[in-house]
Amino acid sequence: MATLARLQARSTALAQQYYFRNSVVDAFRKKENDAAVKIQSWFRGCRVRAYIRYLHRIATTVQKWWRGYLGRQHCQLIVEIAYCALKMNVYNAMAVRIQRWWRGYRIRKHCFDYIYLKAYLRAVERTNDTVRKALDEFAEIREREEKEAALKREKKKKDYQARKMHYLLSTKQIPGVYNSPFRKEPDPWELRLRQAKPWTRKKLRGQLQRPTSLTSWLACTSARSFPCSEILPPINRKQCQGPFRDITEVLEQRYRPLEPTLRVAEPVNGVKEAREEFRRQEKARNVQDNMFLPFASYHKNEKYIPSVHLWSKCGSSSYGCQHFRDENPKKWVSGKDFQTVLPSFDLFSTYGKSYSKAGQIL
Amino acid sequence: MSQKHVLQVFEQYQKARTQFVQTVAELATRPKNIETLQNAGVMSLLRPLLLDVVPTIQQTAVLALGRLANYNDDLAEAVVKGDILPQLVYSLAEQNRFYKKAAAFVLRAVGKHSPQLAQAIVDCGALDTLVICLEDFDPGVKEAVAWALGNIARHNAELSQAVVDAGAVPLLILCIQEPEIALKRIAASVLSDISEHSPELAQTVVDAGAIAHLARMILNPNAKLKRQVLSALGQIAKHSVDLAEMVVEAEIFPVVLTCLKDKDEYVKKNASTLIREIAKHTPELSQLIVNTGGVAAIIDCIGSCKGSIRLPGIMMLGYVAAHSENLAMAVIISKGVPQLSVCLSEEPEDHIKAATAWALGQIGRHTPEHARAVAVTNTLPVLLSLYMSADSSEDLQVKVLPHDSKARRLFVTSGGLKKVQEIKAEPGSLLQEYINSINNCYPEEIVRYYSPGYSDTLLQRVDSYQPIIN
Repeated sequence: MATLARLQARSTALAQQYYFRNSVVDAFRKKENDAAVKIQSWFRGCRVRAYIRYLHRIATTVQKWWRGYLGRQHCQLIVEIAYCALKMNVYNAMAVRIQRWWRGYRIRKHCFDYIYLKAYLRAVERTNDTVRKALDEFAEIREREEKEAALKREKKKKDYQARKMHYLLSTKQIPGVYNSPFRKEPDPWELRLRQAKPWTRKKLRGQLQRPTSLTSWLACTSARSFPCSEILPPINRKQCQGPFRDITEVLEQRYRPLEPTLRVAEPVNGVKEAREEFRRQEKARNVQDNMFLPFASYHKNEKYIPSVHLWSKCGSSSYGCQHFRDENPKKWVSGKDFQTVLPSFDLFSTYGKSYSKAGQIL
Repeated sequence: MSQKHVLQVFEQYQKARTQFVQTVAELATRPKNIETLQNAGVMSLLRPLLLDVVPTIQQTAVLALGRLANYNDDLAEAVVKGDILPQLVYSLAEQNRFYKKAAAFVLRAVGKHSPQLAQAIVDCGALDTLVICLEDFDPGVKEAVAWALGNIARHNAELSQAVVDAGAVPLLILCIQEPEIALKRIAASVLSDISEHSPELAQTVVDAGAIAHLARMILNPNAKLKRQVLSALGQIAKHSVDLAEMVVEAEIFPVVLTCLKDKDEYVKKNASTLIREIAKHTPELSQLIVNTGGVAAIIDCIGSCKGSIRLPGIMMLGYVAAHSENLAMAVIISKGVPQLSVCLSEEPEDHIKAATAWALGQIGRHTPEHARAVAVTNTLPVLLSLYMSADSSEDLQVKVLPHDSKARRLFVTSGGLKKVQEIKAEPGSLLQEYINSINNCYPEEIVRYYSPGYSDTLLQRVDSYQPIIN
């Protein structure tokens, strides 16, 4: 019993001691357990790693063989592709070279042709020079024309003035205004006056001077009744040969209008017409038709005294007026008188109108 | 006998009216009388005389009114306010040619002062009557009517449109073909006024066939006619490329170049304006002008003129050079640049100098070759001295200098760089930027050498330098 009591007294501490002893070991237990676990896990890991290494080796070998197999399959293809790529690169490079040259050539030749540009600029320069010259000439010509026109106007004015002042021309007796005797030379105006024609009032153009009867043929063909135009040459004229007079002179002569002589220009029945004209005028003028008679009774006692010329026998002789030949029949050679065989000719009707200048007084 | 007395009274009255109206018409020719006449109330006295029985008095009254309205716009307004216009328009249709001429003269005198007065004329229905009178046989009437239409159409586009709507353009084209020079001149000036305002109006004028007739008249020796014809063609060509091409197709080149040698200054100016309007549209048209030698003719023309006559020619060179570098090179070889630099130094007016500087800029800006050609003529210092008038001068320098060493050297030796340093501009302004870019073209020592006050800085350095005493 005592042991029992002892044991029971120790039982309470037993539990504690039991617990302490176990717990002391527990501290180590965990440590030892962990160590054991670590060792075991490391060992297991080693085993598994070895196994995996082995598997890797195997797998690599298999894959190596497989890849080699596949590669050997596609090797040719790859070589071909690489070769083509190489060739294409070379071609591209060459093509680029060609295109570069071509583009340069094209630009230089067509888009920006330097030679053409230079030629164009030279052409532009030449055109400019031509245009400048042409314009200068044009300006010069115009100036000259204007000067000439101005000079002509001046001359025309002076000629007109000279014609109007023609009466100031100096005569032999009286020196004119512009020809003073104290001068060495006459004034230029004097020379102009000498060359000018005197100014006459022009007849009004409106009234044409028609001859009294247009019915006669001569009157119709005279220059006054036909409108006179400038001398025109005929259209189909052959070129004449030889030394030529001035053509205007020739044409003037050739196509001169008819200038009938006085003998011909007068109508045939001139005397009769003149008489009728006279009678017409008388009829218009006279109040009555009876002749004027002097007062008969006024002069009744006067004696008629004839004039000296009619009184004497020696009066006006008809020699020198009515006949020009001596009429002395005793002196005549033959019995017959002179007879008019040829008609008289008009000596002076062609004065100044013939073609040649022979015989002219200069 | 009393009947005779009565008639005598009427005769005296008529004589008095005639004398009054003739004296007033004569006095109105001198400007100093017009004030007095206005203060004496001449308008209200002339008005009833317009309805006078005797035609001579009517016509002289209208003539006097025209002369008064011609003088200043107060009188013209008085004419409008006094309700004279409807009466004039009504009689314009009926009366004889002297009256028509005088009435057209009044309308022209009223219409020339301001757009409002011209609008008043249009509002009272004058345009239809005027256009009917354009068909009259007498060329004097046609001339007066055309002048009136021209004065109306001159002011703005609406009035021109009104004139065109009244059907004036075909009749004006007929007037241009008449043999009288004065009538041709007036008709050409009216066409010019009409086509000035808008492309549609110019197209209307062209559709009526104006260009062929105008182009034929360029050869006419009369100077005033040539002025108007060239001005009309210029106004037509300025609006669009198609119109310019139509003008060129009428074969005006190279005849127009002879007009550049004319004695009359305004003919030269209008001819160069025409060529400028053609050249500014496209490079092809400029090329055409260069090919026919137009550039050389313009350069000679610039050389022979002075003042604002030169301006269109200078602008034409600028436009041609602006299109492409080949054309700019063509301008250079035609000896354009020396002529332009002469203009630049000679001209007193600012706007002409600005235009010349602009033209030089357009020539020089394409390549170094062009820039060198411009720089060789020593224009750059001249341009510098004008920095006030145009930004284009700096533009030119900035473009010129980086390209060419020769240009740079020339710039320095001609004192240009010195001047640039002397320009004091606010920092940050465009001018300062340009100056900086110019300075960047040169090494720093040279820039400092030329900057003002360099000698002072040198002296300062001497003062502050401690000599090494040995």
